[in-house]
Amino acid sequence: MAQRPLPRPTPETDHFWAGTRDGELRLQKCHACSHVYFPPRPFCPECSSRDVHVFRASGRGTLESYVINHRPHPAWTAPYAIALVKLAEGPRMMSNIVDCPQTPEALVLDMPLEVVFDKQTDEITLPLFRPAGGAP
Amino acid sequence: MTGVAIVGAAETTELGVIPHMSELQLHADAALNAFADAGITARDIDGFATAGFRPTEVAQYLGLKPRWVDGTSVGGCSFMVHVRHAVAAINAGHCSTVLITHGESGKSRVGKAGMAPSPASFGGQFEAPFGVMGPPTMFTVPVLRYMKDYGLTHEQLAMVAVVQRQWAARNPRASFRDLITVDDVLNSRMIAYPFHLLECCLVTDGGGALIVTSAERAKDFPQPPVYIWGTGESSETPIISQMESLTSSRAFRQAGGDAMREAGIRHADVDHLMIYDAFAHLPIYGLEDLGFCAKGEAGAFIWEGNTAPGGRLPTNTNGGGLSYMHSGMYGMYALQESVRQVRGIAPAQVDNVEVALCLGVGGMFGASGCVVFGRQPRG
Repeated sequence: MAQRPLPRPTPETDHFWAGTRDGELRLQKCHACSHVYFPPRPFCPECSSRDVHVFRASGRGTLESYVINHRPHPAWTAPYAIALVKLAEGPRMMSNIVDCPQTPEALVLDMPLEVVFDKQTDEITLPLFRPAGGAP
Repeated sequence: MTGVAIVGAAETTELGVIPHMSELQLHADAALNAFADAGITARDIDGFATAGFRPTEVAQYLGLKPRWVDGTSVGGCSFMVHVRHAVAAINAGHCSTVLITHGESGKSRVGKAGMAPSPASFGGQFEAPFGVMGPPTMFTVPVLRYMKDYGLTHEQLAMVAVVQRQWAARNPRASFRDLITVDDVLNSRMIAYPFHLLECCLVTDGGGALIVTSAERAKDFPQPPVYIWGTGESSETPIISQMESLTSSRAFRQAGGDAMREAGIRHADVDHLMIYDAFAHLPIYGLEDLGFCAKGEAGAFIWEGNTAPGGRLPTNTNGGGLSYMHSGMYGMYALQESVRQVRGIAPAQVDNVEVALCLGVGGMFGASGCVVFGRQPRG
């Protein structure tokens, strides 16, 4: 199986990928307006303030939507789900759901999820999600 | 007389599978057909816009000497945006006659302009690592959220494709013309759950071109002018995960709202509608975001036949991206059908089209452009 396409971090996103390497899901929050956002950038997309900081997110979220791809991909065994995760802190991110059958019956919208970290290379660890063990 | 009009419109001589033509030549073939339609040559053009290719390449190939150039490239709705920019340029006196071209070897991939996303882009960092494979796995991701929140059924989603095939059956240039049923759609191969093959657009080759000039000059051209009453544009996100809402396109609302306000029309004034349909959920989002249906009601509206032949809001009357053709940047073909319907020469002609609205999407709900056309100069 081929390697997944991997991200190439930029100076503005480096903290995020350093975080996943260290087992942390990192988001950013604006000091001026309290907006929490993703993907990373060194300013607030809501109010344009540069006064923002990086924080460690809970890693919890819910399954907001997904598709199950049936066409062959060199790095996956189809069918596999491509999911949108609504993080507890508010932002939405794309990911995959692991430790779960890739079926409409098992992938129930709004189910609670928790982040897991999947090391790909020394530089890149991807944030994936699995069904949360207990209550959301 | 003030205002701006379309005075030339044409598609490539062939549509579908065109392996004997490069992408650049598809631009030119469409442009030459539009010149013939308008009774002019490259010498009469002083403004040029295109997307996909750099405008410098296509302009030089065609022998243009433009004093106004627009290379806005925001996906398949770029041509709606070019129309809007051309109106502004003509009204400002920057040029008098604008050519807009599209050509795409989407199926045969002859002489394709390259545009591989960088692994450092937002898409490369935050979507590609999770197994997306082009539009069928990105454009489609929001729809399960819509289905749960508003009760849209799999059958209603399938009906979008069924109705558009009814229109395509009346169009000799459509790629697929055999009538289909909801069961046919739901039994077609699964592409990306919940989307089946027949709920996804075609992949074909083709092109199209438009010629835009002032309403005053438009009277001197051989074809009846198709007047531009209002336009709108917007951009929202480069990656699907960052849509503001998964059940509504802010770009649609912004572009559509601005175009309707500028045109000074109400929904009841619209005789003919085009909504860029890369996938079956697009007309549903478009009908609601334009305000033709209340939130959550477009699936039933289509199911009941309102957009079908004989319905009160004829929509995607060429068969759409699902059945007519889809080269990749389909917006040009939606515009061509609007122009044909207002001129009264469409293969599946709707009676008395005075006002036609054309809504485009770019990227995966990434951008939008909208044009309202009228058969008469705007009052």
